[in-house]
Amino acid sequence: MTLETKYGVPTVAVHTDKFDRVVRSVAQVNGMPGLRQVFVPQPIMGRTAAELRAYVDGADPITGRPVMQEVLEGLTRPFAEDERGPAAFDRSTPRLVEPDTEDNLHRLFLDNRWTDMLPIVLPTEARVAAMLSATRRKPDEIVGRMRSTHFREPWAYTVEKVAVNAVMAGARPDYFPVILALAATGVTARGSSSSAVAAMAVVNGPVRDEIGMNAATGAMGPYNHANATIGRAWGLLSQNGQGGSVPGLSYLGNQGNSYAYNSLTFAENEERSPWEPFHVQHGLKPEESAVSVFSSVRSTAFTLGLREKHWREHVRNLLRGIDPNGPPTLLLDPIAARQFVERGGFVKKDALIDWLHDNALMPADEYWDYQLVQNYIYPRATFGEEPWATKLKAAPDTLIPMFRREDIHVVVVGGETNGYWRIMGCNYQKTVAVDDWR
Amino acid sequence: MATRLSVLNPVGFPPAVRRQPPAPRLDTLEGKTVYLVDCRFDDSDVFLGQMQAWFAERLPGARTVVKRISSVYLNDDPMTWEEIKARGHAAILGVGH
Repeated sequence: MTLETKYGVPTVAVHTDKFDRVVRSVAQVNGMPGLRQVFVPQPIMGRTAAELRAYVDGADPITGRPVMQEVLEGLTRPFAEDERGPAAFDRSTPRLVEPDTEDNLHRLFLDNRWTDMLPIVLPTEARVAAMLSATRRKPDEIVGRMRSTHFREPWAYTVEKVAVNAVMAGARPDYFPVILALAATGVTARGSSSSAVAAMAVVNGPVRDEIGMNAATGAMGPYNHANATIGRAWGLLSQNGQGGSVPGLSYLGNQGNSYAYNSLTFAENEERSPWEPFHVQHGLKPEESAVSVFSSVRSTAFTLGLREKHWREHVRNLLRGIDPNGPPTLLLDPIAARQFVERGGFVKKDALIDWLHDNALMPADEYWDYQLVQNYIYPRATFGEEPWATKLKAAPDTLIPMFRREDIHVVVVGGETNGYWRIMGCNYQKTVAVDDWR
Repeated sequence: MATRLSVLNPVGFPPAVRRQPPAPRLDTLEGKTVYLVDCRFDDSDVFLGQMQAWFAERLPGARTVVKRISSVYLNDDPMTWEEIKARGHAAILGVGH
């Protein structure tokens, strides 16, 4: 669209057919509903040149018309007035839903895809007012903006909208400042990547105890009301605040991700950690409360403890098992965290992160051949962006770091029923103070 | 009769949509330069290579240039867009997945 509107170059965009609804929707909300788009079969990846030539010679699977005929027409046929769409259209969101019975409203919320398909609490005026009483912020204050992907337009949400979704999730009013802080990150928990991402939130500081969050046994499971509903509220706010998360339209995750039910929301076990809390690493004081959010949560690897003889090899094996485009965040039970101190001498968390960076290695040839490295890292390397530009100069069999050091993180969580620990492949985004939202 | 409840709408606020004018279309591609822009998605370069071959065989009067975007598709690429505007007449972008 940029080429069309800003540079005046007639353009046709070619997509695979699975993206039909989403790309038409994006064109519409960007004011070009008639954008010339042509479709070929999915997938492109892994097809031979001959197979892809057949796509070029074949028919658009959406329209049934020859692909190249559509391409040529797209560049040469003038736009009809009805292809240009309306000059502007109203997209306001009403504050209230039309009054109805409880059963009908539950059905409406489900039909409108305003839920996560689990039962919700209906956001009545009284329930929303109770939620709003937990913050000094005004209901109409804009908290932030979200979108499901970079190419969609960001939608705004107010304190009241956050409260509505918090009520729906079953959250209690005293959780509301944490939920507002999550909302203020602007990071969606309903990203639309076809890689089927979820999000993760780590809560630090005194608020954990004030609202009864769990950092110990079962912290990442369905065993604590605050953990469960805060994460769910973030998810519901994300899908509703950003204007939807509908498979095939505004959600393209190929397999989906069950972590998205509560966005892996838990408290860090600061009291049993041998290291400084996560939020302190990111500039806050221990006595402050904060949420830290991670996106692109996809892969998980796990093991039990650290064996005396081969722990280094075992950790390297785990690191090699995750995609280089999904950097590791270690989620360590306190037993495992102390083993890293005892076995590796990592008295400081930074020393452990250094070791992880220096030991997550892969032959350069293998690294650059990963599809996601090709898609997202190789172009940046060729454009001179470090550290990838330097990595690109390595000989094919040279071992190079799989991850940037700044993308590796460590969080302590668990109840010491055993020393199991895991690695989440994900991207840390930001840390936001909760106290600003009380 | 069941009680009717009044509840709040959970949906956020979208930005306003205003129509964007498309670029004027070409009368013909004969004698024109068409950029085939590789968005660096999974094997899209192979696909565009085949499209370029199609042009060479079926529409040899159109000159085609395969151009990879400078970085990842997440980033705007004004250098590439400027080049296309300066040296080309039309563009085909591909492939969205």
